Parts: sequence; C-alpha cells; structure tokens
Amino acid sequence: MSAQPMHFVSPAQFRDRVSEALADDGLRDNFRSAMNFLRDKRASQFPDPVETEALRDLGEAVRKHALAHLPALLEKLETNLQARGVEVHWAETPGEACAIIHRIATEAGATRVIKGKSMVSEEVELNHYLEARGVECLESDMGEYIVQLAGERPSHIVMPAIHKTKQDIARLFEQKIPDAGYTEDVDALIRTGREVLRERFMQADIGISGVNFAIAETGTLWLVENEGNGRLSTTVPDIHIAMMGIEKVVDTLEHAMPLASLLPRSATGQAATTYFNLITGPRRPGDQDGPRRMHLVLLDNGRTQAYADAQLRATLQCIRCGACMNHCPVYARVGGHAYGTTYPGPIGQILSPHLLGLDDSRDLPTASSLCGACAEVCPVRIPIPSLLMRLRTEANRAPGAAVAQPLAGQGASFSVGQKLVWRFWSGIYASPGRYRLLRWAATRFRWLAPRRQMGWTQHRTPLRPAARSLHDLMKARGQPR
Amino acid sequence: MSARERILARLRAAEPGAPVAPPDVAAYYAQRPRLTPGERLQQLCARLRASRADVMVAQPAEWARVAADALHLRGVRRLALNGEVRAEELAATLPPVIEAVRFDGEIESWKQEMFATIDAGFTPASAGIAATGALLLNHGGALPRTLSLVPPISLVCVDARDLYDDLHHASSSQRWADDMPTNRVLVSSPSRTADIQQTLAYGAHGPRELVVVVIADGDLA
Ligand code: SF4
Repeated sequence: MSAQPMHFVSPAQFRDRVSEALADDGLRDNFRSAMNFLRDKRASQFPDPVETEALRDLGEAVRKHALAHLPALLEKLETNLQARGVEVHWAETPGEACAIIHRIATEAGATRVIKGKSMVSEEVELNHYLEARGVECLESDMGEYIVQLAGERPSHIVMPAIHKTKQDIARLFEQKIPDAGYTEDVDALIRTGREVLRERFMQADIGISGVNFAIAETGTLWLVENEGNGRLSTTVPDIHIAMMGIEKVVDTLEHAMPLASLLPRSATGQAATTYFNLITGPRRPGDQDGPRRMHLVLLDNGRTQAYADAQLRATLQCIRCGACMNHCPVYARVGGHAYGTTYPGPIGQILSPHLLGLDDSRDLPTASSLCGACAEVCPVRIPIPSLLMRLRTEANRAPGAAVAQPLAGQGASFSVGQKLVWRFWSGIYASPGRYRLLRWAATRFRWLAPRRQMGWTQHRTPLRPAARSLHDLMKARGQPR
Repeated sequence: MSARERILARLRAAEPGAPVAPPDVAAYYAQRPRLTPGERLQQLCARLRASRADVMVAQPAEWARVAADALHLRGVRRLALNGEVRAEELAATLPPVIEAVRFDGEIESWKQEMFATIDAGFTPASAGIAATGALLLNHGGALPRTLSLVPPISLVCVDARDLYDDLHHASSSQRWADDMPTNRVLVSSPSRTADIQQTLAYGAHGPRELVVVVIADGDLA
C-alpha cells in the first residue's frame, strides 16, 4: 500500500490541471455540494455577528502575539517538553524531518507506524520516505486512509477524501480490502475501516500525530479530532512522535481557549470536536498506559522566510481550519488536486511560495479573483487577498532587484517583454502630448489591431479601438474637456 | 550551527513588525453572560444529546443503579474500571451478569484482552462544559486513557456541581495550567466521522456509544 508521491507540479501543469478539473462535471458536483455543506455548517455555528467578530479579534491577537515572540516561545516550549521527558527535534527541510523520524524508528527497531492526521507529515512526504526504507506507514484517519488506499493525496486539509463519492469508496474498498464486498452504506463502510485499522493500532510500534496548538507554558500538545484515531495513535503504541510547523506554538493554555472555539466552528461547523486531546508528556511513573517515549519534530521548511517579512508573517497565523477553501470560488470549481500542493486553496496559495519557492509556485497567487471571501471567514483574520497581491508583486519583481527580505524564486514570472509594455504605457500616460499622439494614431489605424489577442479572443471577439475617441465625442457635443 | 540554532537565528533576524499587545483572553470571557447552575445542567444535557450521547440525570443515591441499568440494557458483559470511589460504587451495584474488570497493571500485560473482550469502560469526569456539551477526563495516574477510548461503549459520570459555562470558565476555575495530568481529554460525543461524502457516521475508531450519568441532588435534578 504505497502512496504514490505526487510531487509538486510545474506551473504549466497547474494550468493543464485546472482545465482538466473544470471539464470534470462529476468532480465539480462533488466539490460544490461539499462546499455548500461545510459553509452552511459553519454559518450555523456563528449566529451572532458581534460575538463572531469579537472572538476573531481575540483569535488574531493570540496568534499575532505568539508570532511576535516566536523564538522565545519555541525555546520555552522546548524546555517544558524536555522537563516532561519529551525529546524535541528541529528540522529545516522535509528531508531532515523524515530522517529524524526514520532514525527514531531504526533505533527502536520499529517497522510499523500508524498515523493520526498530520498535514505536516504530508508536507514532508513521510509515508513515501518511510515505505522506501521498509517501514510500513498506515494512515488511520478515515479520509486519509481512503486516499492512501487509492494511492492519492488529500484534496482538502480537513476532509482529505472530499473529492470522492460514496460509490467511489465502495468500489475502492471492494477492490483493496479482502472480503469487503460492495456496499454504499456509509455506516457499513466505516465499520469496515474500523475493523481493519483496529488491529493495526494494537500492533503498531510508533504512532505519529500532528499538533493543533502547542502550549509553551505547560509543554502541552493540543490535538483536535472526531474519530478517536488521534487518541489511539498517541496512546496505544509504545512511541509517540508528534510533528508540527514551528508556527503552531502559543504562550499559555488560556491563549489556546479562543482558538479551540474558533477552529472546530470554522472547520466543520461543530461547537467542539468529539475529542480535545491535551497531551503533556509520555507515560509517567504510576500511569498504566500511554506511550513510554515521546518526540516532537519541529519543522521550518520555508516558514522562517515568511516570518522574515513583517507583512508576509501573517501567513503563519493560520490554524488550518480550511474555511478559506470552503468559501473560495476558485477552489470550489477546480478542487484540491489541481493546485498540486500539500495545502490547496487560499491558504495554500499564500503558504506554498515559502515552502516551495516562487519558481515552482508562481502561478498560484494568480489563481484568485481577489473577491475576499477567504479573509472574511478566516478565524484569525489573515488578510489573504493582500498577501496574494504581495506575492504577485514579488513574482514579477526583477530577479536581481535588491530588497530587504528577498523570497526564494523572486521574479519567477518576470518578463522583459511585459516590463517594456508597461514602461511604454506609463511613458504615454505621463505626457499629454504623447497621449494625444497615441489617441490620434489609435483611432486612425484601428484596423491594424490584431485579430488574435491571446487569451481574450479564445471566447470573445477581438478588441479594436473606436473610430473616435471619447475626448473627440465630448468635444463634438460641446462639453468642456 | 545546528538546525535549531539556524532556525532560531533566522527568526531573531526577522523584521520586528508592529508591537503586539498580549491578548486579554480573560476580559473577553468575563463580559460573556453567566449561566445559572440549572441552565448549565440543561445546556450540557441538550448539547450532549444533540451529538448522540445518551444522557441521564440521577440522584447521588441512585446514579450507580441508573448506570448499571444502562449497561445491562446494552448487553454489556465485561466492564473495565479503575479503583476510585465512583468506580467502587458502580462495581458494587452491577448485576451478576456484568463482570467488573479492574484496570490494574500496565496495559501491555492485557492489551489484547482489552481490545478484544471489554464491552464498556467507565470513567468519572472532573468537569462538564455547558457551552460545548463536553466532559473533562483527567487521564493519567489512576485513570488510564484507554478506559474511555478502546471499549465500544464509554460510560461517564459527572457531578452537577462540577459544571462550568465554557472551557475558559472551567480551566480558570480549576486552574488547569498549574497541574497538567498526562492526558486531559474533553469528550463531547461518541467517536464520529463525516469523511465519506459528508455523511455522519458514529463509532469511527473510538467508542460507538457515549453514556453519561449526571449526578445531581434535589434542587437541580
Ligand atoms: S488561512 Fe484562515 S481560513 Fe484559511 S485555513 Fe488558515 S485559519 Fe483557516
């Protein structure tokens, strides 16, 4: 059961994928109805706009405060985790994070890993790394299990299998799980998954989980989930390894309270998830269960680049609720896989350029109408549209231009031709004489306008200057210019 | 330099940005309207029921019998519990068909048995949260985590005097941050998932059923 690594795609492929996705009516139906469902659920959890806005202000304040003190909080977290017997590891790249986990597995002689849901583990392609080295890595979140079984990757950060219908899943289970048979009954499908995975929880040597909030003052990892697989992964195996991006820390337990209210309400429209799982260290003397050893892997992978710039730092406020995807008109139409990145949708568009560099992600910030729906629902008020604009600017900045905090891949979309066109344009507009000359020429030589005008003429008739300019028309009417 | 030092150095070299005031979380929760004890009980029960928990309210002298009946009704044969007071009360009330299995000794010695033969687990809650319909289980020490996780039925009791308006109310009143047990869990429903076409299904990986007995005396019940 090896998930095919779907490495990030080149910009050209991004455009192809978008066209493919748009042509797939079934896929569009699945996403449209799923998005409507999640949006209605979210709305039902925020009936009072005054409370909503006040709580969002507070959530934003908590995250901004944590980021403002990030290096100190990470050290505080580390100290308090170590005091509880948790080993803390730091990784700059996905490769380092995978190697750390592989080393832990090798030293423990572990061959079977069970995973709770962790987007960071997706980001570093951990399953693939471990399987290539003979360590079995099984997803236990139902949605993640389904996409792993299908050899795919998640299409949504909260609901990984959202692109699949129950018929797809029924066929998948019938093919891949011995004795499963074909059934479209969702309860029966879940029962099948439960049976298969229960056995594996018992046998696993290592459980891997993500982290929703890390509390610096107490050294606590706060996990949010519905299924119980997160609790099982962090309780039953002998070793628990948690993985998180360096931005996930908050100062105090109290600071996590508003986030714990905002996250489930924004993500799935629940007042609270089934479980809030607050883990403070491995099994202590006197405890009768729980892992004997515990590790935390802290991952940078480009986050320090976003952090370096005071504006782009807001990207790291994210609590991964997925609301921005659920409300994005582009995401709803192209679906999660078209982006080709671990994090799709608006959050992926502002985060991926730091993870992957603008060279590989230059088109992502352009896949937006800047309608602003994402920023309106974001529980921690990330100004996503202005960050998209900023990334567009950086992608089009001259590659060599000196700036205070250059981004990897700066100028990836820069083109000399376009630069010249804009320079010509601003030259004309800056001088009344030149502008009049252009007007005169454009109205006289209008028939020279090309018949094929790139993207415009794919679906529209060609543009051609009018025979008389607005200025001339106004003059003819005797209006003052 | 290690990865740790390089990451921290990069963070410290970043643009300072505008100053950020510490968030006043307590002030936000202080201006929210407070519930009466009766409202708390009513809200907790309503929220739990809305998420498919079976909730009963019982007098202190009755609760163990109510709980035992609920287990009996579900055909439970083996109930796992620990040795604390409420568990003893319950064990003493169980009908002969239900065997009380003590969780003593580390899980490794009976993991297989726990997974395969235990029908229900009993855990007393240390608090109830009205706003979200959640119960606080302070796992660690005498209260193993698997008790509320592995058996298909989870039985929880909570004292009506331990109910709070919201998570912040509970955590500040009980001073959670001062003493974190190995595993504080807040549970608000049977294990559930909507990962297949947004269709809600119960009994994903954890308990399929959550049975709650709220222990309340005269004026509240
Ligand atoms: S950017 Fe905001 S809305 Fe989007 S996932 Fe992050 S927190 Fe949620």
